[in-house]
Amino acid sequence: MTFVDKFPEEAKLVRWHFGVGFVALALGGLFGLVQSLYRTGYFRDALPIDAAQYYTVLTGHGVLLALVFTTFLICGFFVWAITRSLDRPLAHQRVAWAGFFAMLVGTTLAAITILNGFAPELPFGSADVLYTFYAPLQAHPAFYVGAALLVVGSWVVGAEYFLTYREWRADNPGERIPLQTFMVLATFVMWYLSSFGVAVEVVVFLIPWSLGWISQVDPLLTRTLFWYFGHPVVYFWLLPAYLAWYTILPKLAGGKLFSDPLARVVFVLFVLLSTPVGFHHQYTDPGIAEGFKFIAMTNTFMLLLPSLLTAFTVVASLEHGARQRGATGYFGWLRALPWGKPSFSAMALAGLVFAAGGFSGMINAGMNINYLIHNTIWVPGHFHLTVGTAFALTMMGVSYWLVPQITGKQLQHKTIAAAQPFVWVIGMTLMSNAMHRGGLAGLPRRTAKPLFRGEGAAPFDPVVGSIAEMQLQIAVGGTLLFVALAMFLVVMTGTWLSRSGVGQLSVNGTIPAPLSGPADSPRILDNLKVWAGIAVVLVIIAYGLPLYSMVADGILSPGAGLLAPLLGL
Amino acid sequence: MRIHRFEKLWLAAAFVLIAAFIATIVYGSLGAGVAMVGDEGGTVDPDDPTASDNFREPGVYQTGDGEYAVYVEARQFAFAPGTNEPIRVPADAEVTFYVTSSDVTHGFELVGTNVNTMVIPGQVAELTVEFDEARTHHIVCHEYCGAAHHAMEGTVEVVSQDQFQSQDVPEVNEE
Repeated sequence: MTFVDKFPEEAKLVRWHFGVGFVALALGGLFGLVQSLYRTGYFRDALPIDAAQYYTVLTGHGVLLALVFTTFLICGFFVWAITRSLDRPLAHQRVAWAGFFAMLVGTTLAAITILNGFAPELPFGSADVLYTFYAPLQAHPAFYVGAALLVVGSWVVGAEYFLTYREWRADNPGERIPLQTFMVLATFVMWYLSSFGVAVEVVVFLIPWSLGWISQVDPLLTRTLFWYFGHPVVYFWLLPAYLAWYTILPKLAGGKLFSDPLARVVFVLFVLLSTPVGFHHQYTDPGIAEGFKFIAMTNTFMLLLPSLLTAFTVVASLEHGARQRGATGYFGWLRALPWGKPSFSAMALAGLVFAAGGFSGMINAGMNINYLIHNTIWVPGHFHLTVGTAFALTMMGVSYWLVPQITGKQLQHKTIAAAQPFVWVIGMTLMSNAMHRGGLAGLPRRTAKPLFRGEGAAPFDPVVGSIAEMQLQIAVGGTLLFVALAMFLVVMTGTWLSRSGVGQLSVNGTIPAPLSGPADSPRILDNLKVWAGIAVVLVIIAYGLPLYSMVADGILSPGAGLLAPLLGL
Repeated sequence: MRIHRFEKLWLAAAFVLIAAFIATIVYGSLGAGVAMVGDEGGTVDPDDPTASDNFREPGVYQTGDGEYAVYVEARQFAFAPGTNEPIRVPADAEVTFYVTSSDVTHGFELVGTNVNTMVIPGQVAELTVEFDEARTHHIVCHEYCGAAHHAMEGTVEVVSQDQFQSQDVPEVNEE
């Protein structure tokens, strides 16, 4: 029975989340195209923006894609995963809807302040602060309130998952938690622990400051709270992709998951290690002692373990699927995989691209190697492989498979859909390889005109290739990515608007049991309270002392003494 | 819990890889002597950095035999010194940069080198380097700092020891 027929209310909730996410994707993607054509110098004069508005575009691109698109897709996807794997409706749908509307209102507020950069007649003021909103750059209060509502809204939707699980547990004492539910709950344990940091930053410091209630904030303290959240948020993006790779992708390949217990181990490791790593974004920050940077680095490298395990399990599951389809040979099985099926090819290609992104991430993670690439265009080159492909392309693959099931409509424009993942990957390969090489040559990120002197590339000395050739690849790659995005949205819109009930759907939500099931694995794996407790201890070790010293030297201003600014001294 | 033989091998290989990565970083720190920007620079009043004991009037100072200190103040959208006049330092000498900001967060990077730090109001970034050859380096502000961020840049001129001695650089006694 199709998901929409069995759980019509939940399907509606997923549709609304996906719908808002796709609107954010469309606008954020358009901004991405503008950036790639402006920054590289192609069509700079033809585009209707000036250099200052480039940063408005950049803020919109980051906020709409990295924060809005991701959060809506994840919250919607997890509603499906919880309902399907527990095989029961949500416990209190109103809670989930309340969370959804909080996120929607927050997104609208933030979007208006960002668009204010193009049209000052819009209400509120502007917010050209990029998605990292480092103080003392200041946005209109509505931007910060919007960001807070987006995060808190996701907490409320998340509470719904736990409430539904609690009801299921009451009916099923002693049973192992179904794998997808386990993954959803583990992801949200991590999310609650880590997004708390940005909530404190925004609610305690930035909102009162933007309203003029306090005169200043400590730039290093707020920045540290941001990165306390800013790295785990990448696992908030990644783990839903893992859920898809572990539970949906093997089925699409014609096989089954290799090992259920190791999938649980992987998620437990992410609960433990995702948060005490944020200082690896602050390796070059003054005011943080080297030792704390080293602790963060060690934790970061340990996080390679669950990702390398995932690489093994996913590839093994795919090979098993291919062999079930009759494939032979060491590598011959790769040809037997259903590459023409867009849901499969999007997820599998996303996984491959993630492997490349993982390797550039290992360079980022190396404390002193980081000097070479910190804040160069290498960094966006890296995260367009991770959030920009491992997450985004996987979610496109999920959509090709899931949207028919939550709408009851056949996927339309199948030829466009089949080509789309390949266009995306070609565009990303062009753009990202050039960004990585440009970063090694010292080309900065986050700039409207990287070659300001206009004398060509004199200060930048690439190891391989030339700056001009990199700029061309970034512009062509960015354009191809936008084409692929438009193809995806055409397929989604066409499917959404098509008539329902035409023939039997070619997809279904049945997920085959893993080759090695959860039965013989230790039960403590399922005890998320224990893992959450250990995670908190690790966070205290990594963050306790440095946060204390940042607060003790003046909570609002470094060098002033703890309460001096509050007392007006 | 059953773990497949291949998976155990893979797991062991993953641990070796992780240990090797950490070892390369430790070698970089202890063997090659790449120190991280840390908290040595201390804190200053962001509104008036030079009022603090640990920051001087921006400029180049000689602090000892073959040792120089460069105090740089970053603000929208210039480095002082660096933007209006180049920072001149000698080759083959120990040069310590002290960089702070008196408005928003900036970046300070000499393109193509590992001189790369965030510049955060209230904090002093301290980096010690030695330039092997006489050449001009391009300073980039690599953190978005406002509408004209892309215009914020400067130069460091590394000159030979002989050329440098003709320069008039104040000598100070660094404790």
